[in-house]
Amino acid sequence: MAMFPPQNRLWWKEPLSGMEITWVAIAFVWGLVMFGTMVGWHFVGKQNLSNETYRINPNAFGAKVEAMTAQYTVREEGDTGVPVVHPKPGTDIYMLGRLWEWWPVLELEKDQTYRLHLSSMDWQHGFSLQPQNINVQVHPGYDMVLTITPDKSGEYGVVCNEFCGIGHHTMVGKIHVVDKK
Amino acid sequence: MAVDTQAPTNGFIGTNYRTCPETGLKVCSQAEALIKVNAVVAVVFLAVGGLFGLMVALTRWPAVHLLPADWFYLLLTAHGADVLLFWIIFFEVAVLYFASAIILNCRLAAPKFAWLAFVLMVVGAVVANIAVLQGESSVMFTSYVPMQAAPHFYLGLIVFAVGTLIAVCCFFGTLVIAKEEGSYEGSVPLVTFGAITAAIIAVFTIASGAIILIPTFLWSVGYISHIDPLMYKVIWWGMGHASQQINVSAQVAIWYAIAAMLLGAKPLSEKVSRMAFLMYILFLQLASAHHLLVEPGVSSEWKIFNTSYALYLAVLGSMIHGMSIPGAMEAAQRRNGFNNGIFEWLRKAPWGNPAFSGTMLSIVIFGFLGGITGVIMGTEQLNLIMHNTLYVPGHFHATVVGGTTLAFMAITYLLVPLIFRKEVMFKKIAQWQPYVFGAGVSGISLFMMGAGTLGVARRHWDIGFSDAAMSFDYPATAFLMMGLNGIAALCAALGGAMFVVVVVCSVFFGKPRTPESIAAFPTLPKTGGVKTVTSYGSETHVKLPGTIVLVSVFFVAFVLYYYVNWKYLSEVWPLS
Repeated sequence: MAMFPPQNRLWWKEPLSGMEITWVAIAFVWGLVMFGTMVGWHFVGKQNLSNETYRINPNAFGAKVEAMTAQYTVREEGDTGVPVVHPKPGTDIYMLGRLWEWWPVLELEKDQTYRLHLSSMDWQHGFSLQPQNINVQVHPGYDMVLTITPDKSGEYGVVCNEFCGIGHHTMVGKIHVVDKK
Repeated sequence: MAVDTQAPTNGFIGTNYRTCPETGLKVCSQAEALIKVNAVVAVVFLAVGGLFGLMVALTRWPAVHLLPADWFYLLLTAHGADVLLFWIIFFEVAVLYFASAIILNCRLAAPKFAWLAFVLMVVGAVVANIAVLQGESSVMFTSYVPMQAAPHFYLGLIVFAVGTLIAVCCFFGTLVIAKEEGSYEGSVPLVTFGAITAAIIAVFTIASGAIILIPTFLWSVGYISHIDPLMYKVIWWGMGHASQQINVSAQVAIWYAIAAMLLGAKPLSEKVSRMAFLMYILFLQLASAHHLLVEPGVSSEWKIFNTSYALYLAVLGSMIHGMSIPGAMEAAQRRNGFNNGIFEWLRKAPWGNPAFSGTMLSIVIFGFLGGITGVIMGTEQLNLIMHNTLYVPGHFHATVVGGTTLAFMAITYLLVPLIFRKEVMFKKIAQWQPYVFGAGVSGISLFMMGAGTLGVARRHWDIGFSDAAMSFDYPATAFLMMGLNGIAALCAALGGAMFVVVVVCSVFFGKPRTPESIAAFPTLPKTGGVKTVTSYGSETHVKLPGTIVLVSVFFVAFVLYYYVNWKYLSEVWPLS
């Protein structure tokens, strides 16, 4: 009866049943396996989140995004004419989140590697790349650098999945992945 | 009941006792009154917060889309605060008083302070609700900076936390009194041990909350210029996640309590069960990391160590309880004579008693839907394909609603006759209530997780993006999932309403329990009850084939689903 004090006052000296020992051992080993899987994926897996982050002033980040956009814009897209940027493969590329847009639209080449910088100009945002379902948190003042290699061509949506005020649900961006010309 | 003992006055408030005719326990009148008021206020917040939750779910049902955007975000904020915080903590305070003063047969420490705690908690909860309903604090329950709420939103939460801390101190004080006055022999009962676990984690939780909410309040009134958003999250989740571990400890303690009260179940081993609770105290607080797995500026080493509770040692604790509680039930049922085959003990269990069915559903929903998905979502790399999608609320509705809330509902069916001393009214409705609520919650959980797997964002008013400058289409299956989620939410809301109606009517308009009705319909059945076991403490070793089958099914499901998600992850863009 779990409602009353155990009558054997030396309850911690009671032997365990075989079933309990077995289950505790299985659960413990399973914990080690799951722990090992996380560590191991850093060595054998291809999807690990970067540890590369810099503190940055939002205005300084904005200036970098502007510079990239000025250099590589190829056309405009959407109701508000967001520039579509086609940067050189292997370079540093930028996308900023602000109330309420992802800016600019990126056009990347399939199977090329880019260093994608993400940061926010104001509140927190959630970078949610769909339909890949890659989700990364974006903070103001932190420049997070992801080394990405898009391996399927197509049109990808960038949804905001961190609540950022009344226009949150209108915050949609785009990434195009095109075959190499 | 006749008052049979007049104890010396305690502080400024006299303490009377009555002897419970069903359990023989000595019941302190102050503890009893405080359990009543805390439980009643808890149910009020459950009703209000549950209604808000239904409106949120109906808004996310694309074909219904009930609320406008501003009201959706407002009520979503209120829903989180009212059910996750206020319903659960008020009820937990009642559980703490029950597990100390009532179970240990002694008076409640400092009842004046316990009443002060109650008043502060009510004031804090009401102020926070006013702040949200005024419309200037639609910041979500998490209130991530630099988004700012009105100052009295933070202030309400702080006052509520101060009240809770005082209540927890009264609990600890009661333990000291019980020990000093020798109201029990040897070690505290396992249920009280679980409650102590919850209270210790509560102190850590409240401390984390104070460290982050007080500066945030000062920031909101202009005395502090900047709060770092990452630092905020690390500490806020020290409160936000640790508070869920209070729930886990309290709900597991309730599982043990109900198994004991209805079946006469004894823990398979006092040592193992207590060690499992100890694992919670030692490791659960690391879980702040679960919310920071895709955050910039936090290293992989930190994430891996913390997100796994060191080496999954708190998960080990839960897996132990997951075996130990069904095992204790099986052993008790076999002792009670249901000894045929593998599952007669389970088939012949009191499924018509809502306290029992609620407990069993709580265990199954918490373990299979909540526990497994929580571990998977808390895996460093797997979080990448789930973070902030509807998978997250899908998971925690299984733990906090299917697990904690259902366990609290289950024990309420025992508190009404034992503490409020009223007959449970509408017995048929009460009998069906856990099933209706459990089915609804399971649906909510599964369909939200399904939508989350398809990428649907949580906390999002319009997944059709009709006002957006750029278009994006979720797959049609995602819209179907949201519709099914709405239907499941209606079912859960019906189950919730059944609970509120039964409890409120019984407490305020129910017939008082009489010696005749106690004899005719004992709350603690003869098969279980207090008097059937010859000794208290660990169960003698018996063969438990049913429990072996159940935990094996659980384990296989866990391993398979874990690696299925690694397969999903391996299919997305390579990134490092």
